[in-house]
Amino acid sequence: MEFRRLKALALATATSAAALVGSAANAVEIEYWQYFFDARVQAMEQLIANFEAANPDITVKMTHFPYADYRTKVAAAIPAGEGPDVVQLFYGWLNDYVAADLIQPLPADAFPAAEIDASFFPMVQAMKEGDQYWALPTAVRSLALFYNERLLDAAGITPPETLDEMIAAAKAMTELDSAGNVTQVGLTAGMTAQDHHWWREVLVRQMGGTPYVDDYKTVNYNSDAGIEALEFYVGLTEGEPPASSFGFMDEPQAAFKAGRAGMHIDGSFRIGSLNNTRGLKWGVTELPANADGVRSNYSSYWVNAITTKAEGEKYDAAVKFMQYVTSDEAMQIWLDVVGELPAKPSVGLTEANANDPVFGAFIRGLAYANTTKFANESGQRQLMVEMVERMTLQGMSAADSIAIAAEAEQKLLDEYYAD
Amino acid sequence: MYRNLTIRQKQIVWAWAFLALPVLFYCVIRFYPTGNAIVISFQDWNLLGDRTWAGLENYRKLAADPVFWQVFRNTFVYLLLGTPVSLVISFVIAYHLDKTRFMHGFLRMLYFLPFMTSAVAMAWVWRWFYQPVPIGLFNNALASVGVPQFPFLRSTTWALPSILAPAVWAGLGFQIIIFMAGLRAIPRSYYEAARIDGVSTWTVLWEITLPLLKPTIVFIVVFSSIGFLRIFDHVFNMTSQNPGGPLNSTKPLVLMIYQTAFSSFDMGYAAAQTVVLFLVLLVVSLLQLRILRDR
Repeated sequence: MEFRRLKALALATATSAAALVGSAANAVEIEYWQYFFDARVQAMEQLIANFEAANPDITVKMTHFPYADYRTKVAAAIPAGEGPDVVQLFYGWLNDYVAADLIQPLPADAFPAAEIDASFFPMVQAMKEGDQYWALPTAVRSLALFYNERLLDAAGITPPETLDEMIAAAKAMTELDSAGNVTQVGLTAGMTAQDHHWWREVLVRQMGGTPYVDDYKTVNYNSDAGIEALEFYVGLTEGEPPASSFGFMDEPQAAFKAGRAGMHIDGSFRIGSLNNTRGLKWGVTELPANADGVRSNYSSYWVNAITTKAEGEKYDAAVKFMQYVTSDEAMQIWLDVVGELPAKPSVGLTEANANDPVFGAFIRGLAYANTTKFANESGQRQLMVEMVERMTLQGMSAADSIAIAAEAEQKLLDEYYAD
Repeated sequence: MYRNLTIRQKQIVWAWAFLALPVLFYCVIRFYPTGNAIVISFQDWNLLGDRTWAGLENYRKLAADPVFWQVFRNTFVYLLLGTPVSLVISFVIAYHLDKTRFMHGFLRMLYFLPFMTSAVAMAWVWRWFYQPVPIGLFNNALASVGVPQFPFLRSTTWALPSILAPAVWAGLGFQIIIFMAGLRAIPRSYYEAARIDGVSTWTVLWEITLPLLKPTIVFIVVFSSIGFLRIFDHVFNMTSQNPGGPLNSTKPLVLMIYQTAFSSFDMGYAAAQTVVLFLVLLVVSLLQLRILRDR
């Protein structure tokens, strides 16, 4: 008898406790996924804190993975109903995600296409289909020319504005030992880093060509302009002294960080790690123009999208969260923490941001940037790497090497768009 | 019901009860994925979308892909260069180490140490050794005596041997230990008889030591061939920015599979390559089993 009463009591306590917990957990929890990059995670933590403060009934749980596993995990999780409600993905992956039914379009009432067209940088329109957007970025990135202030001062030169000035500056900063081995480069070079973007979207255009036509479905750089751009690029490592050396210190950014490179072309995402490099005094300027003053740039971005897993109140919460992470406030936080550029001119081109000694060069570059639509970025980069290697290791001519690269890349694109 | 079984039947029930776990494990963890990979090799799948049937398309693409044939050749170069070289070196070291009394344990430890080191860490250290001036150890040494730099990892000819060298070195310790165990197992009385007959050292080596070491040698050959056919971590880490480069000259089959699957997301094509690797390993293992039986 005694025992039974105790049991009833225990049961009642448990039930009421459950009810209590239940009401506390009434808030909607949505999941957000991105890949792991320290600054991006920190920035998102700030955004989530701000968002939760403004929306006390919504909690956002962030999960991050190493970049190498990211795509695989997302692909496995969403169809299983386990994954994120809001997911971050590379702009180049959008087609695959749409085709696989992993994401759903943003609602037109909360994200009117006309308004987005007008308020975001134009390259974002690649995320639009009909009058609906599938995804939107918080930030975009572009390339610029980093320089080592000490080396530039020692050589008595100012940051170059044109390609010719850049070559001259680089040659002045290259150092050789008595045996003729390069011990310091004027400019870093390597297609494995950001140079394949510089070559495609900047050099080819500056030599008067168009790297791709037909919405990036047809390779077009196998032309006089392309050959000229390739000869210019490989020519960086030739001459006495050369402007550059391929494979110098293993990685271009390592050479620049170690203070052994005068100039280095890289993306805005490098700012954070350069700031943490002790003893390095660096500055940054726009990518050099050609003799006619033509400039170009490459920009890329990561977008956020709502997955097909989000339904009902989670969907509503996900829409609110998307609205916040694409707001002006979020963009400014992202710029300050990660160093990635705001996706809207209204935030990016403010007086303070556009004239910022660091971000300014990148933001000005956005105005004339192109965004390559990759089918398989690492595969397409590999073809650029091999295009240069055939010339440097096998002595092939630029014309022959570019023809092989163009044919291989066209095949890759055809296979991708065949489905 | 169990009570009505005979003792023999009960034993069978129990045997299966204990076997159930490993059988289940093998079916779910080994056989199912293997079968699935074979099925995927006849399909088109980018990991995100639906799988669609492609028939023999992936295999046709494989046969027509010059990179695949280059990679196939590389894989066998790793095998045909790596296995004999590591076999000879490890035998020579084990043979002499066996006769050494001075600091025997310490020397053995030194040879075994690389085997216990993480392949990734080792590959990165060697990658830096091979760099050009000013950061590469080897090239700095060459430059300091006025010899031109050597393009270790930057030459289509020398990159593969440069990667193979640390891989061979890393596996040496294990092979030495096995050889020493084999040498210890040869009865002393044969050597004593040979000494009484006044036979030369070379004859002792050829007529006694090597023939009696045959089982050890076969084991090491099988073990290291499978290892070289599956080489990946050394290559990937020493060429991570241009995996398998320059110009695919160091790319082994496993690395090509990895890239096709996880950077191009062409799962069907990657699965077809996996099936080929599986067949190669199968053939090599069957050949070696035949040699074993000859004994």
